[in-house]
Amino acid sequence: MKNEPIISVKDLCFVLGERKILHDMNLEINQGEFIGILGPNGAGKSTLLKLFLGLLKPTKGSIELLGKSPRRGNSLIGYAPQHRVLETDLALRACDVVGFGLDGNKWGFGFPNKKRKELIYKVLDDVDALHFAEAPVGHLSGGEQQRLLIAQALITNPKILLLDEPLSNLDIHHAQEIIHLLVKLCKERQVTVMLVAHDVNPLLPVIDRVLFMANGQSAMGTPNKVLTSEILSKLYNTPIQIVKALDRIFVVGAEI
Amino acid sequence: MFALLQYPFIQNAFIAGSLVAIVAGIVGYFLLTRGLTFAGHALSHIGFAGAAGALVLGVDPVVGLLVFTISAGVGIGILGKRLNERDVTIGIIMTLMLGLGALFISLYSGYAERAYSILFGTILGISKSDVFITAIFSVLTFIALLCIFRPLLFSSFDQEVAEARGVPVRLLGVIFLVLVGITVSMSVQVVGVLLIFTLLVGPAATATRLIHEPLGAIALSIFLGLLYTWVGIFLAISDIGGNWPVSFYIAALSFAIYLPVRLFSKHEKRRHNKATSSFSQSSAS
Repeated sequence: MKNEPIISVKDLCFVLGERKILHDMNLEINQGEFIGILGPNGAGKSTLLKLFLGLLKPTKGSIELLGKSPRRGNSLIGYAPQHRVLETDLALRACDVVGFGLDGNKWGFGFPNKKRKELIYKVLDDVDALHFAEAPVGHLSGGEQQRLLIAQALITNPKILLLDEPLSNLDIHHAQEIIHLLVKLCKERQVTVMLVAHDVNPLLPVIDRVLFMANGQSAMGTPNKVLTSEILSKLYNTPIQIVKALDRIFVVGAEI
Repeated sequence: MFALLQYPFIQNAFIAGSLVAIVAGIVGYFLLTRGLTFAGHALSHIGFAGAAGALVLGVDPVVGLLVFTISAGVGIGILGKRLNERDVTIGIIMTLMLGLGALFISLYSGYAERAYSILFGTILGISKSDVFITAIFSVLTFIALLCIFRPLLFSSFDQEVAEARGVPVRLLGVIFLVLVGITVSMSVQVVGVLLIFTLLVGPAATATRLIHEPLGAIALSIFLGLLYTWVGIFLAISDIGGNWPVSFYIAALSFAIYLPVRLFSKHEKRRHNKATSSFSQSSAS
């Protein structure tokens, strides 16, 4: 069981209009892995997550998640989309937002009950958000809102967590908090985490592998293997230098 | 004063007005949450063409209202994904409909009073059969809203995640706009096409400023709608208020309560401001 990949992608192509966004992608990801997805804007990082969720259909090739094709409404997959700033006068509390993850997809009115409340508070506690459970979401900071979206994705106890740029909009301190939280979930509960990020540096100490996407191509492996001048130059199809300074990695190129 | 309540036309006004206030209170909350208040406004203007057309044909204006607002609701729902783009399209269709309405009114050779009542509402002149229609459609809308409550709220908050979780987002959007169309048609009888915002959005806008939780906000929104309607009707029929129209009182009350709430409701600032360090953005991107 352990050796079976939890996500397997074979010859995946996705074409949007004239543009080839993904070209013959092959991936195998195991249970409990923490994967950082990197690449320039428009490289298809969010598209890949949407294909996993069944929101988009592959043009060619196959995707298997836990042995099955992607479909909407799969509670074994948690998803938090790219974060937008919420309006301040939205009449919703933090616990309402997390509750959507539990039964927002069910028809009917849904009367408040004790068991539901316990479940919501439990997951809020897991993401260290208990102290603002009753606060209006519009009044929360970007980091707090991000934690709610992760809680919302976690409440069904998913095996796979797909997160689209959860760290953008956050300062370094709050980004670190979210990363610690995710590592804990990943290692303690063996949840597979796939996280789209802009900056690899805060993730370097924790990720198992990197998936770097550019120009419809991709490369996957440990950060040391993938984040090299040679591989990135090939992906971008233009000379790229990896510069290491102050314990950080910088991608430098003439055109990026 | 209470002797007045025995008049059937006043009873009719209270019954129809209350039903409309309840449904509008719920629909208004969702209009705000979904950022669709403009669509609500536009639907009423589109309904104006329907009502005026019905007058020309000699049909009950409510029928014209329902036909136009429901079909426009379906149209708007199917039409647009992107909200901004949609607003322009809605605006252009809305003005076409207002033009059509103007044409129908000029073709209509009956009492000018009836055209006036579409624009400004005549709850005190509502007929028994209109009360009946209002009751049926209000109850249907209420039941439909209860059935779609959770997924509608979920998709209003986050369309993408709702879709990933299997909520039929597009379908719900269309159903909701049909319900808005029905609610608008009912509300036009009370406050008229031009004052639709006072009943459809006013109570919900005040309520969401005061209560930051869905059920509480909806309950307050309904309460305020009922309050405005009842006090409005009461003032219009009593000796205190002179012979001024109900819709004026409702609009005035809605404004008089929203204004201080808007001015004095504290809007907490976001706690920590999200300061993106330009440092991290320049690296490895």
